Amino acid sequence: MKGALLALVMTAATGVLLAIGTIWPVPSAVYYAGGGKGTLLSAASTPEAAVQNLGVRIRLHDWQRAYSSLANKAQFTEDAFIHDLTGYNLSLRSQASLDSVTVRPLHQSADSADVAMTLHWFTVMGPFDETRNVHLVENDGRWQVDWPLYKQPTVPPQVIPVNYLRWDVIYSGSADQWGAQDVAGPNVRIVDMRPVNRAEGVYVLGELLNNDVVPAWVTVRATLVGKDGKILGREGAFDMISHRLLPKEVTPFRIHFPNVDLSQVASIRMHPEAILISASADPVVEILNQKYSALPIATLTGQLSDQSGQTVSFAHVLSTFYDSNGNVVWVSGRFIGRALLPQTPVNFTVPVPEDLARRITSERTIVATYSPKGVTL
Amino acid sequence: MTLGRKFLLAASALFSAPLLLAQSLRMNLPAQVAAGSALSVPTSGSGQGTLTIVGPGQAIRRQVRLGSPASVPAGVLYNAGEYVAMLSSGSDSQIGLFEVTPAPQPSTLSFLAEPSRLPVDLQDGISGTVYVFDVYHNLIVSPMPVSFDLTASSGPSQTRTVTTRYGVGWTRMNSAPREGSAQFVARAAGISSTRVVDEVPGDPCNLSMTATPVGGKAKLQTAPVRDCSGNPVPDGTVVTFTATWNGGQSTVDVPLKRDIAQVEMPVHPGATISVASGVVAGNEIHWSGR
Repeated sequence: MKGALLALVMTAATGVLLAIGTIWPVPSAVYYAGGGKGTLLSAASTPEAAVQNLGVRIRLHDWQRAYSSLANKAQFTEDAFIHDLTGYNLSLRSQASLDSVTVRPLHQSADSADVAMTLHWFTVMGPFDETRNVHLVENDGRWQVDWPLYKQPTVPPQVIPVNYLRWDVIYSGSADQWGAQDVAGPNVRIVDMRPVNRAEGVYVLGELLNNDVVPAWVTVRATLVGKDGKILGREGAFDMISHRLLPKEVTPFRIHFPNVDLSQVASIRMHPEAILISASADPVVEILNQKYSALPIATLTGQLSDQSGQTVSFAHVLSTFYDSNGNVVWVSGRFIGRALLPQTPVNFTVPVPEDLARRITSERTIVATYSPKGVTL
Repeated sequence: MTLGRKFLLAASALFSAPLLLAQSLRMNLPAQVAAGSALSVPTSGSGQGTLTIVGPGQAIRRQVRLGSPASVPAGVLYNAGEYVAMLSSGSDSQIGLFEVTPAPQPSTLSFLAEPSRLPVDLQDGISGTVYVFDVYHNLIVSPMPVSFDLTASSGPSQTRTVTTRYGVGWTRMNSAPREGSAQFVARAAGISSTRVVDEVPGDPCNLSMTATPVGGKAKLQTAPVRDCSGNPVPDGTVVTFTATWNGGQSTVDVPLKRDIAQVEMPVHPGATISVASGVVAGNEIHWSGR
């Protein structure tokens, strides 16, 4: 009896949902079903609307219509346009989806306009933004985008000899007798640690040193203990740390405890963890022209330059910001959307909270890299 | 005497007393027998009987002719611990206790050497712990001299001799002032076990670099990087070069290769270039571009 009643309820609910979906369909579903632009697209009667329409088509991977809408499409192919947006190599960009687009007008006349178009991408590693200055032209009352195509630099054919170290590890086997020797784990230590109270919770900032002569895979966890001795929370650094540390390498870390106020905290237990791993000492990545500016928007900008001969698919910039006394004020990081090609600088921008901007007097930046095996130029 | 042993003895006395009065059945158990040794138990009485022995992880039963010794061949009783023996015949029985002790001759040493890797010139930095076992993996708890010998790749060796307590002997050693792999050997009664301890260089000492112009860039190169004992710091150790100028900074982490770190990087004229490795800072250079 109960089963029959449940079946009846589910049938009725399905019917109601079908009716709702038919009468008030999701705009993207209408678009995909060939039902016209629905409410996703608006008439390209303003530069902002034209850019937003392009953003919608990119988000829906409607490459053909997005490409057709460009004013300067004769200058490049549709494939080049797609590769510009999805990446030429395996990289964070090739695994990203466009979340939204924001448009900031820069200049406009009767038949042309310039806007700053910011594409907000999201990935499994977190979001990243990309801003392009876009020129638009007006044709018969309809605005069209002159797409500023990013052309991937061509690396000249060459042989780059690489003879950096590689460490391999052989652990003791499971069949070894009790008490048999095994290789000791890496010796790491926290060289700086500082809790910071902010509106969004408590942050534990610091730096971790690999004090050994072997490479280490590291992470840092922290436990907040309240004044009554109870545990307020346990969190790890997750992606705000460089997990692979070569000998004597230092990484910053940032651990976030949401919904906790520092006044509740009596003590903090730090748990640095390190595992001996096989690793290679390359690639070497230069971090060039780092410039910190507090105004108008607090950011650290710079360039990454891969000195090795291999393409770096994923790069993560991590910066530690210090006050005039050398205390850690903030730790921030950004993933780089594009792959790093050999000897080819790539720009990066690391944001800093506005309220901390004036306290910062120096910074230290590192870059963590990852390239799956078999990925070549 | 353990509580269990007291209980068993009390139970033995309680159940055996009426039987002993009958004087029909008797066995003379040894108080101790070494693991793996043969056991001979003289019995009295007549006819056939059954000898049952129960101990740690073992239970055996043998038919015996009463009045002659009951024997258990060598290698049968091998787990050290307390055993209960019961001789029975018909409704008569006698219970006794005996102990199987570890064999006196060591067979294996479980040698725990920690750590497997440590910086040079560290006092009491190496610990060695030995557990002495007989051939049946019984911990030999009787005191026994154990020698520890730490031989570095260069320099004199260190030797310590300790006496085990309850089967365990331990010591601490210093790491040598020179890097290399040290052989750490523990010996007891002709048995030895060897471990390898890597004695590695410490933090860089007197880190210094030079800068020369090369094609519009600065070629930065360290002197051979050594620790405070003069050992070369291992290749792969990261050295950080930082160029700082008014409002800007460039950094690069370079692993040591053949004792030196070098890189060519664009540096603004007037910049200050510094070098560091871990928490050790080196010299600074004011770069004029020439």
